[in-house]
Amino acid sequence: MIGPALFTLLSHWRQHRFQLAALVIGLALATALWMAVQAINTQAKASYAEAEGYLQRFDQDALTAPQDNLTVTDYVGLKRSGWPLSPVLEGRIRLGGHNIDIIGIDLLSAPPITSTSTSTSPQSSESDQGAFLISLLRAPGGLILHPQSAAPLSERTEVEIHASTDVPPGLAIGDIATVSRLLAEPHRLTRLIYLAPNAPSARALAALPSHITFTPGNSSRIAPGTLTQSFHLNLTAFGFLSFVVGLFIVQGTIGLAMEQRRGLFRTLRCLGVPIRHLILLLLIETAALAFAAAAIGLILGYFIAAALLPGVAVTLSGLYGVEIDNGLALRSSWILSGFAMTLLGASIASAFAFYSLWKLPILQAASTQARGQRILKNFATWAQVAAFIFVTGCLAYLALSGLAGGFVLLGSVMLSAALLLPLCLWHLLLAGQRKASSPLAQWLWSDARAQLPGLSLSLMALMLALATNIGVGTMVSSFRLTFDGWLDQRLSSELYVTARDDAQGTQLQQWLEEKGIRVLPIRFDVLQQRSGQITIYGVRDDATYRDNWPMLDALPRAWDRLSDGQGILISEQLARRQGLEAGDTIALPPGWPNKILGIYADYGNPHGQAIVSMAALLRNAPDATNQRFGLRLDASETPALIKEIQEEFDLERENITEQEKIKAASRRIFNQTFRVTDSLKLLTLGVASFAMFISLVTLWSQRLPQLGPVWAMGVSRKTLALIDILRSLLMAGLTALLALPLGLFLSWTLLVVINTEAFGWRLPLYLFPLDWLWLVLLSLLAALLAALLPAWRLFHLHPSELLKVFSSER
Amino acid sequence: MVLSVTDVTKTIPQSGLDRPILDRVSLQLQAGQSLALTGESGSGKSTLLHLVGALDGFDSGEIEVDGTSLSSLDEPARALLRRSSVSVIFQQFNIIPSLDVSANISLHAKLANRHDPAWEAQLAQRLGLEPLLSRYPEQLSGGQQQRVAIARSLAMRPKLLLADEPTGNLDEATGDAVLGLMLELVQESQTALFLVTHSPTIAASLNRRLHLSNGGLT
Repeated sequence: MIGPALFTLLSHWRQHRFQLAALVIGLALATALWMAVQAINTQAKASYAEAEGYLQRFDQDALTAPQDNLTVTDYVGLKRSGWPLSPVLEGRIRLGGHNIDIIGIDLLSAPPITSTSTSTSPQSSESDQGAFLISLLRAPGGLILHPQSAAPLSERTEVEIHASTDVPPGLAIGDIATVSRLLAEPHRLTRLIYLAPNAPSARALAALPSHITFTPGNSSRIAPGTLTQSFHLNLTAFGFLSFVVGLFIVQGTIGLAMEQRRGLFRTLRCLGVPIRHLILLLLIETAALAFAAAAIGLILGYFIAAALLPGVAVTLSGLYGVEIDNGLALRSSWILSGFAMTLLGASIASAFAFYSLWKLPILQAASTQARGQRILKNFATWAQVAAFIFVTGCLAYLALSGLAGGFVLLGSVMLSAALLLPLCLWHLLLAGQRKASSPLAQWLWSDARAQLPGLSLSLMALMLALATNIGVGTMVSSFRLTFDGWLDQRLSSELYVTARDDAQGTQLQQWLEEKGIRVLPIRFDVLQQRSGQITIYGVRDDATYRDNWPMLDALPRAWDRLSDGQGILISEQLARRQGLEAGDTIALPPGWPNKILGIYADYGNPHGQAIVSMAALLRNAPDATNQRFGLRLDASETPALIKEIQEEFDLERENITEQEKIKAASRRIFNQTFRVTDSLKLLTLGVASFAMFISLVTLWSQRLPQLGPVWAMGVSRKTLALIDILRSLLMAGLTALLALPLGLFLSWTLLVVINTEAFGWRLPLYLFPLDWLWLVLLSLLAALLAALLPAWRLFHLHPSELLKVFSSER
Repeated sequence: MVLSVTDVTKTIPQSGLDRPILDRVSLQLQAGQSLALTGESGSGKSTLLHLVGALDGFDSGEIEVDGTSLSSLDEPARALLRRSSVSVIFQQFNIIPSLDVSANISLHAKLANRHDPAWEAQLAQRLGLEPLLSRYPEQLSGGQQQRVAIARSLAMRPKLLLADEPTGNLDEATGDAVLGLMLELVQESQTALFLVTHSPTIAASLNRRLHLSNGGLT
């Protein structure tokens, strides 16, 4: 019995191949986007785990100085008194134009750097390893980097570069002598790794110098996985949204297939196939289709992920300073999760159809298309569910707060708005029908209403995709506008010059000042605090800062007090991370001014930053490098000055940068950062447009009984085809209008709740009506394209097909 | 006895009240016999056919098909009875649009594990369906579709064949031809036929005739 019944059920797809393709493609698209996001997340997490695992080698029990004043002298003293220690120096350097985190260790006493061979020594043997170590120790010294980080550095650095996949991307390891030379910090150390297996005795601890403490391993580092959790949550949310939009296609198609097969189900039951067997067979059918779609989705997802991963890597590097491996690996975890999600999605999408079938009386008439009041009742029920979800989401937001609460609120609002859409459209179309005067216009409005049940799912998908586009687009554009303004304020010097070394820097500064040019030295010191790294800049008292620096909050006369050395200005990230406000005191080593005079915006910087007067900086960090300068002059004078500086100081052209070039480079990085978001936005809109196309095409056969009588009354097929297009545009246009407030709510939540929680800074909300107009036009274009094929078929429909409507009603 | 209906009562809800549509109805049908049930529209003819075909439940009384009492059967057992002993021909044909004529004819027999290609070929030949075996229902006329439905019903060699206005959608000449063939085949296969019709002419061509009125048989 099972075989013939299954064959009969599957025979439906032979006659409805487009419907089958729509089902499989819909599910595959949903799966592809979900799998792509999962693949990216899994790849990134694997990189984090690798990095954390690697760094843990050097994150053992250690002696540290909370005030960051550990020196080589301390190390020598402690070694002589019998402490088993290995020195570590950490920092960040610019190598070949790239920022690299660098760790310097004593190669002979520290834990091993690599567990396998490096690419420069593929045949690992003891003698090879020995030669490798010597090459790291011998002048000019060497650094080991991940191949991805090493590639752009080849031939552009003063040290020898060794590539090894053991080292995570974005990190360089080398001998402490090489690293201290590169960091220009010959006396400073960051940590002293404690090498003995047992913890030091209480007596030994008590004998430690007062500025040094014992720190147990794995307690001082902020894991990259923790930092980027919010970013991946954002990405997952996007993937999930695309998945849900894809499921709308699936549910619409499965619902239609079930509707069309009602007669077949009834016949099979009359022929003695029990309902349980029928449901079981349909489950098998759905699972088989889902499995096939998941396999296609997996392949698509892999390519999407491979295309998006470099963008994600740039985003993570730009926003968090975290490097990930660009190479995408097939991992069982995301493949299995993708298959599971597809099966789950298909089950959810078909659950209602199965339930209806289970409840369907055996003698029910084959056609059960809802009509009139029944449709309205269904939509009203959806609206009630929407209200329940909305209230639940609001309560959850209040209870959870933070990032998770924000996402729950966002999800509930999106879902409830989608469920409310059909009822809103119903009433709008009814109002239009009442206002219409001509009979054809009345028919158009009423026909649009009659089509709502079949199109509601794809319209819901379209609204979600449009709202996401508006919301995320507004967020990114607001960010871009703020960022542009911020760049204009922060990069106010016309020219930026970098000297070869401090001595040349001093000469250059003197030479420029003698020429009457205002010079703004860019000098800083990096403090490694328990709460993270802080870069403290020293600034001269200059109108440039007073007039342009973007302050979010400040005490009165903040700049005056800063130049008097009475306080410090801190970045928004630092303030949010430590919960500080203007007027508070920040914990800094003794000697630094610590009264917070103001908080300024510092978008895109993952680390904390602060500003003190130049005098305060030089008092606390007299060795702060003096190589970079901002120059204030008339913009027209810059070409001549560049030439003069080059001639006078024999500087490379890349050491002198015009303001506009820095701004352009910053904007380029900014745009690249949001390329992933742009891609996902477009993909989601594409899936939604496809959903609409699928709905219109699959509903085609059910349209004929609606069109036949109007055609018989004298409305030409051409007019009917045009009306069909008009109807689709009308529905899409109304949906786009309703998506607008939802999109704005989404952008508000992203900017005020999600962004603040995720990145540590808050952005103002700007409105971009032209972007919305563009999106509305885009959705109308999608609707037009979706309606073209059915309209074309209608226009070319043979009259005999329309006459069948009447013969089948006999 | 292939069919025995004893004191069967069935009520249907109407305007908030239960209206008896069948009231203590009784009838019997032997193998090879044919019975025509006539009556006004809404008199309950189709309802009685649905009860006999184990498609619907009744309030009281007893129905036995091929010695099996329907009142004690659950849904799977009813499905088994329909699969193995009873066949129904509906006015709307109810053939599967996605299967060709050949697959439609053999479907019920395959479900009942009684697939007999020689018998199906003979039915197709007798009903004039041989040239149409690879066609799909949408390519057939109404009369041809009804002949497919009849072939499908007889292909599984049912004990009891139920027919609800089997020629109601056909013109008179086609209807007569289809009915003639059906009766011939029923006679040859010793199947009991229970046929619901409005037509006195059709009713007259069967062995027995009953009229349903006001919930009772006369």
